[in-house]
Amino acid sequence: MSGIAGKPAEHTEQGLKGIRDTGLEEVRLRAFLAHAWRTPKGFYGWLVTVDHKLIGRRYIVTAFLFLILAGLSALAMRFQLAQPEAGHIGPDLYNQLFTMHGTTMMFLFAVPVMEAFAIYLVPLMIGTRNVAFPRLNAFSYWVYLSGGLMIWIAFAFETGADAGWFSYVPLAGPEYGIGKRPDFWAQMVTYTEVSALAVAVEIIATVFKQRAPGMSLDRIPLYVWSVLVTAFVILFAMPAVMVSSTMLILDRLVGTKFFDPAAGGDALLWQHLFWFFGHPEVYIIFIPATGFVSAILPTFVRRPIFGYLGIVLSLISIGFLSFGLWVHHMFATGLPQLGESFFTASSMMIAIPSGIQIFCWIATIWGGRPIFATPMLFVLGFIFTFVIGGLTGVMVASVPLDLQVHDTYFVVAHFHYVLVGGAVFPLLGAVYYWFPKITGRMLSERLGRWNFWLVFLGFNLTFFPMHILGLQGMPRRVYTYPPASGWGEMNLLISLSSLVVFAGFALFFLNLLLSLRNGRIAGDNPWGASTLEWATTSPPPSYDFSRLPVVTHREPLWAEPDTLPVVEGLRVDAREVLAGTVADAVPQLRVPSADNSIWPLLSAIAVGGAFLGSIYTPWAVVWGAIPVSIGFICWFWPKGEPEDEE
Amino acid sequence: MSLAFTCPTQILTDIVPGKAAQQRLRWVSAAPMLVLAGCGDRQSALHAHGANARRILDLIWSFSAVAVATWLLVMLVLAAALLHRRLSETTRSPLEIDSHQERRFTRAVGSAIALTVLVLVMMTIASFFAGKSIASLSGTETLAVRITGHQWWWEVRYAGNDPSQSIVTANEIHVPVGEPVKVELDSLDVIHSFWVPNLAGKRDLIPGRLSQLTLIADKPGIYRGQCAEFCGYQHAHMAITVIAESREAFEAWQSRQNAVASAPGGEEERRGQQAFLSTGCALCHTIRGTPASGTVGPDLTHLASRRALAADTLAMTPGALAAWIADPQSIKPGAKMPRIALSADDLNAVVTYLGSLE
Repeated sequence: MSGIAGKPAEHTEQGLKGIRDTGLEEVRLRAFLAHAWRTPKGFYGWLVTVDHKLIGRRYIVTAFLFLILAGLSALAMRFQLAQPEAGHIGPDLYNQLFTMHGTTMMFLFAVPVMEAFAIYLVPLMIGTRNVAFPRLNAFSYWVYLSGGLMIWIAFAFETGADAGWFSYVPLAGPEYGIGKRPDFWAQMVTYTEVSALAVAVEIIATVFKQRAPGMSLDRIPLYVWSVLVTAFVILFAMPAVMVSSTMLILDRLVGTKFFDPAAGGDALLWQHLFWFFGHPEVYIIFIPATGFVSAILPTFVRRPIFGYLGIVLSLISIGFLSFGLWVHHMFATGLPQLGESFFTASSMMIAIPSGIQIFCWIATIWGGRPIFATPMLFVLGFIFTFVIGGLTGVMVASVPLDLQVHDTYFVVAHFHYVLVGGAVFPLLGAVYYWFPKITGRMLSERLGRWNFWLVFLGFNLTFFPMHILGLQGMPRRVYTYPPASGWGEMNLLISLSSLVVFAGFALFFLNLLLSLRNGRIAGDNPWGASTLEWATTSPPPSYDFSRLPVVTHREPLWAEPDTLPVVEGLRVDAREVLAGTVADAVPQLRVPSADNSIWPLLSAIAVGGAFLGSIYTPWAVVWGAIPVSIGFICWFWPKGEPEDEE
Repeated sequence: MSLAFTCPTQILTDIVPGKAAQQRLRWVSAAPMLVLAGCGDRQSALHAHGANARRILDLIWSFSAVAVATWLLVMLVLAAALLHRRLSETTRSPLEIDSHQERRFTRAVGSAIALTVLVLVMMTIASFFAGKSIASLSGTETLAVRITGHQWWWEVRYAGNDPSQSIVTANEIHVPVGEPVKVELDSLDVIHSFWVPNLAGKRDLIPGRLSQLTLIADKPGIYRGQCAEFCGYQHAHMAITVIAESREAFEAWQSRQNAVASAPGGEEERRGQQAFLSTGCALCHTIRGTPASGTVGPDLTHLASRRALAADTLAMTPGALAAWIADPQSIKPGAKMPRIALSADDLNAVVTYLGSLE
């Protein structure tokens, strides 16, 4: 960010500690900041860093690696299902494959990748230098990584979870769950939930307190609004699944009877707890994806979004409504009529705020001048497919209708339209959009177009026929089907189409690898976008901005294309960020920001060890508490640093 | 005719070459009734043959129509938004907003939302009334069937007027055509879901809970159903057959099922019964009228009257029965039935004996 217009420095009284940026020339300023915010070189630096960009980047890479594993599981399943009574994959492996596919996609890919982008982008988009709790951020990544590695290593040793990503009891319970398989599943959930909760807390604190001066609530970029709402949904939904997975572990390990009807427990209790989390989970994935759309669209139609307020209110109401729908996963369990009507109505109602967003996006396109770059193609592909998913969602909200399609391929089609069409398409668009910012290089547009069309066509050819297959009576989670069922041809078409999707994703990864080395140099703002992350260099320096910007408009870079006003008075010889009021982002305090530390990693190892041990013995919780405490004590040990100032 | 299961004619042709079948034609005892019934329809929610399923099918078609219309409308507007002609002022700043246009947008989006709400309310009401009309079927039943889910088969019980009148069978239920039948559902192990898409929506079988469903079959036929809630290894091979037939045929079936097993009628059958009772089969299976009284597996008293084996994994033919007894684990891996070592002669004898249990 060059050309400083400069607000007068507000805190320049004599006698204050440290060197301030006030009046400092740009070169020296950058040298000071680079030193204060540096990450040590080499492997050790990789372990101790608390830079949100490095952590966000490795979160994104890890999540995409899990996407590859889950995608390959899906491909294996399609191989088995291509023909009736095929014998390629037996029921034992097949059940593990679909469980690992669902579990990995939901817990290890979709939610983490959305969090990962938030970790990377939020500080840049709101004009600060790091997230609110940088070490918690590092900790959350290590916990997530160990949970994911654990369940996949278990799979490699034929202890892969096999009771579905929802692990219904009693099938996953002490009597019918096979070996330690459900335990690994339940503990993996605990790991990933701990990390998700940590990220949610960071995002909320960062967005509430660390926005650039002047970024009042009505100037927050819509993407940031979307991750803020998501963070609150995580905060309220995830504890439900942590409770239920812990109760499952307890039933299995120490013989509690939460879910055992013979001992006064209840098998349905699991479903209520799981779906109280499980439905909001879908929105935890979908809401940030709509944020991507709201961020990408204005850039490629060259106008601000239409209906900013309407979209914000829609996001918030989706967040609330997502907690009122869980029972629509349980219509087949038999409910009283009144309850059925309530959950039908609430499930249909959530279509209203989703509809508002779609209408506002279309109006935005109408009023702008569309540029058909790859990110825009993915946004359009998103609208095309997501509307189908939303409409089939309205169909399954109806109790009687759901009783025919529940647990069939119709539902498989529905939620892939919502999750792939509704979340993965915007995500791929987001990768094309922000890759230049993250790496400094552009992705190839040529490969991007091929990537889009293969994934888009392959996806629709794969999943649209599943609607029909479901109505024709094919249930989900079957490893084979009889030849006389008449489902064979459709399944063959689906399996062949899935290869097209696979080719599309192969091109995507190829594009990433090639462009990383040979991509065109991006520059600060290659798309001519309006939000703050494009004001800094690509890739951004460790301190994000050499001077923190002051926001005077909802589209800062369009309103002040040449020079952004900036804040002065922050220390440059130590890590410091600016904290302001929640509503108007009026600066209040300079807050020290945590330095690199090895303790988040060591604490994560201790926590991971305790979780892993508790699969085998309850004593792991007792003895594991000791290293965990040591880790946390060292992590939080006071260093005699100054308190927040002014 | 491509069907979800074998037609009786196929059963007949399967059987003729079989040694056991040549001795006794009891294998085909079910055939006359099936021919009468005709082959039902492929397992599908799109071919409704009962009030419950038909009501839902109406809903599926009307909701699909609304969905297709809505989607087309949205895509049309999106296409117009992308392609409509724009004034060529390329240098305009992105922040220059035409306030007149914004007001039109507000009106358009507002109307779209109002329309959405209206359509959703109508769909909710339609769904409510469909649910109500399905619920109104209950209470009018003339017959009750109790179905208990097991990994991976269905235990079927008909309660008679006195205990001796009750019927126990497996994986196949018979219902009189046109009469509402109450299906009571529970499970003794994990959660299953009872689903015969041509006749009705599904209902879960949950351990510790009793749920129910009302079935009506409008026309005689054979309807295939399948477990719809993932229940472990052989979830894919847990099918059930509903045979809808005239009241007379149903009652005839009922009285045949009610009888104890026929005594072995020849040397081969006697040998088969002996082998059955002495090799462990009887620990898990009941054959009423013999000492075999295990309750782990399906009741076999009238095994040969059923159309299929192992929850519709195999058609009921001597060859299939022999293959199933010889090595159940290669046909249905994970099934609870173990492989029992029988000599070839014993195996043939057991197959002949079981084949006589019509």
